[in-house]
Amino acid sequence: MKTLLTSFVSGVMFALGLGISGMTRPVKVIGFLDFFGAWDASLAFVMLGAIVVYSVAFRWSKSKRSPLLASEFLLPRRGDLDANLILGAAIFGAGWGLGGFCPGPALTSLASGALPVFTFVVAMGLGMYLHSFVVEMGRTSSGFAASAANSSQDA
Amino acid sequence: MSNFTPLAALCGGMLIGLSASAMLLLDGKIAGISGILSGVLKPVRGDTIWRVCFLAGLRVFLPRAFDFGIIRPFPLLIIAGLLVGFGARLGSGCTSGHGVCGISRLSPRSLVATGTFIFTGALVVYLVNHLR
Repeated sequence: MKTLLTSFVSGVMFALGLGISGMTRPVKVIGFLDFFGAWDASLAFVMLGAIVVYSVAFRWSKSKRSPLLASEFLLPRRGDLDANLILGAAIFGAGWGLGGFCPGPALTSLASGALPVFTFVVAMGLGMYLHSFVVEMGRTSSGFAASAANSSQDA
Repeated sequence: MSNFTPLAALCGGMLIGLSASAMLLLDGKIAGISGILSGVLKPVRGDTIWRVCFLAGLRVFLPRAFDFGIIRPFPLLIIAGLLVGFGARLGSGCTSGHGVCGISRLSPRSLVATGTFIFTGALVVYLVNHLR
């Protein structure tokens, strides 16, 4: 029960952070990615602020056997670089630059009720299902799809 | 650089870091938004409700934050959404999971992923903004 409250409050804080930093606004995201235009470095400062705080938390977590409200830390263990990671990140980046939304800001912006945001989120969900479908196909055949099955673990 | 807002960006970023830190230190989870969402779209028993709670928390109303500035036309948004959803799953994460949590853990996978998506994002913005 307490972990669910943590999740909800963390979600609220995450959204506030995105809102305060301006990252719910595609103009800021596209402005950051526009290195050859009127470059807006704000997004780098958002990442810097988040990374500084989270690095401290991560170092602290390493000295603990378990999190406060759960039995274990569920962290990704993989360290190898593979084609799916790079191809997936490349595809993700292309969509990010095209729309100016990534998953967090898009889901947060749903509260605006704006139809373009809703459209993006539905397409994003379909993209995720499409990935699952490709992975399923890979289980019964071979090739690119089979290797996609390895990428199911989160960052 | 007319729109540059470093102080708001830094403060907002620290709040995002605090949110992700709470998820780690209290619940032991990674605050990767694409991963959290995909777990709701393909629910697994006993690993879904916390995801729904996090996503519900995301939906606070922030009037000023919804002055989007740029909204691409619908066909582009649909293509962008498909690419973002598919790419985030194939690449095991997005801006939050790789860009914040992974980089803080100095994960080689996340460092490479973040460099890659900033590169292709910049490439697409260049094509859209400067070669039209």
